[in-house]
Amino acid sequence: MFDVDVWQEIFSTIKKNKLRTFLTGFSVAWGIFMLMILLGSGNGLQNGVTKQFESNSINIMWLWTGDTSMPFEGMKEGRTIKFNNADYAFLKEKGENLENVSSRYYLPGTIMYTYKNEYGSFETSSCHPALLGMEKVNVISGRFINELDMSDFRKVIVIGDNVKKALFKDEDPIGKYVKLNNVPFKVIGLTLDKDRRNERTAYIPVTTAQRIFNGADRVHSFAVTTKMVKTEQEAEAITDKVREGLAMRHKFDPKDKKAMGSFNMLAQYIRTMKIFQAIKLFVWIIGIGTLIAGIVGVSNIMLILVKERTREIGIRKALGATPGSVIGLVLLESILITTVAGYMGLVIGVGIMEGINYGLEQALAAGGGDRIFFSNPTVDFTTAITSMVILVVSGALAGYLPARKAANVKPIEALRDE
Amino acid sequence: MIQISNLHKSYVMGNNSLHVLKGMDLQIEEGEFVSIMGSSGSGKSTLLNILGILDDYDQGTYYLGGKLIQGLNETRAAMTRNEMIGFIFQSFNLISFKNAAENVALPLYYQKVSRKKRNLIALEYLDRLGLKEWAHHLPSELSGGQKQRVAIARALISQPKIILADEPTGALDSTTSFEVMDILKEINDQGKTVIIVTHEHDIAAMTKKIIRLKDGVIEEVIKNGELQLFKDRVRTE
Repeated sequence: MFDVDVWQEIFSTIKKNKLRTFLTGFSVAWGIFMLMILLGSGNGLQNGVTKQFESNSINIMWLWTGDTSMPFEGMKEGRTIKFNNADYAFLKEKGENLENVSSRYYLPGTIMYTYKNEYGSFETSSCHPALLGMEKVNVISGRFINELDMSDFRKVIVIGDNVKKALFKDEDPIGKYVKLNNVPFKVIGLTLDKDRRNERTAYIPVTTAQRIFNGADRVHSFAVTTKMVKTEQEAEAITDKVREGLAMRHKFDPKDKKAMGSFNMLAQYIRTMKIFQAIKLFVWIIGIGTLIAGIVGVSNIMLILVKERTREIGIRKALGATPGSVIGLVLLESILITTVAGYMGLVIGVGIMEGINYGLEQALAAGGGDRIFFSNPTVDFTTAITSMVILVVSGALAGYLPARKAANVKPIEALRDE
Repeated sequence: MIQISNLHKSYVMGNNSLHVLKGMDLQIEEGEFVSIMGSSGSGKSTLLNILGILDDYDQGTYYLGGKLIQGLNETRAAMTRNEMIGFIFQSFNLISFKNAAENVALPLYYQKVSRKKRNLIALEYLDRLGLKEWAHHLPSELSGGQKQRVAIARALISQPKIILADEPTGALDSTTSFEVMDILKEINDQGKTVIIVTHEHDIAAMTKKIIRLKDGVIEEVIKNGELQLFKDRVRTE
């Protein structure tokens, strides 16, 4: 198969028909090119949307309360539901499908931050240490809140990069004290949010927040992470279970979305991924379809080629060429054309997508749009290899019929003088 | 060398069956120089195809070099052709994009002889036919006589037992025709069995035995000694 002569023969026939070979190859190259562009775009869209999920654990769920909108067990609608610390304990202990829980108490009014002569108001998020992983808080120096801070009601604060810039300028804030409504808090950590979403946020222990800002045991919302499940149904089942548990405690209808709101990220994530699976399937179908058109083209050309070379094949057979060697010749040529052309299409397609990716990254680095729903629109190595395998196989398929036709050439008919 | 007995061959065309060879018996010994003659439709091409294992036959037996040639599959047939038979055609049938040496070397390629070795042997054969300088020319750059000599070299290179030539001089002028016949005669002198199909009497007269076919059977066999007689008879016809 890897005989110099075989290749020489293939190249000499290709050389004789440059334009035809080019046109044949082009259809295949175009097919694989389109496949790469489509796959790349699909990946880009998927990566872009997946990125939106990245700022939190994908299995996060938020719970918050409101007023009931349905009557329940004889009680009228319109009651206000309030979480408390007991609910935290309940979720922590009884929530069988939950991994981590963090409660939050909303600080009343506007909290004014002061450090020396600088002041400003920022969003203060009270939380448990677990929030670090749940909301993917990115601590760049110092540390996050820990259990000791919680149990000792320590007045400690972790500040976002923008808070630091506003109050501390170039000073290192770690160990300094910042006043929240005149209550001094020790800065223990600094966070930087890649998406610049939470940079105006500061974190304090929820226990401290409740004690200092008159919260008693009041909790406004929970962030929990659920067990990683595969299907949307399972994810929704977890939501329902949590809702039922809390509804029982606070006596409201579990179906009452106004009494208690919930958002299960995992269910949303699974739904989104399903859409992308469908898109991917669609892209493959279109791409393969285009490729098939190319393959039919190759097959067609090879058939013509065999017809044109009937006499030559007859001569070869008279001289002792076995059907196997004739089949090999045609098949190899077909595979060569599809593979080389396909590879070019692959390289160009991947190249263009890489170029777009480069442009996107440049735009992102320059500070443009932080809400791009398109990211890293490239095709991974496995897909490229798969495509190459498809190409070789399709080359063989394209050559199969013509090769059989060539093998069936009868020397006497081929050699008959016109 | 060749033993044929009661050979039948018919072609089916639609509903009609054309009976071409009707029980032919033929013996050709090793080292003979035979020409097969006959008007068109006499079955001479069919006979040549069967001799060359390019076609199958319906009935009878065909022994080539003591081996029964019957119902071979394509691969076996190709290998037997390659081993036993050298072909020379009227229209040369050289491969146009291969140069003379490559054309000559082709049968050895199918014997899986290494490239270097077979090109060397091809040059040797071309040299023998006085075409060494033309070894790297394409067929389109050669004259008819040169092309046929390349084809002869190609037929000889696999050292076959018999040479089958189908109208080898059909496309050549008379001077080159005689040259080609001289070469074939020389080959025969070296001990090879040479069988040519021709319709030219003077060409046939240069062989040592003439087999005349008519309507699918052998009409007459004219041996060496009687050739002069045959020539005279043809002349008077």
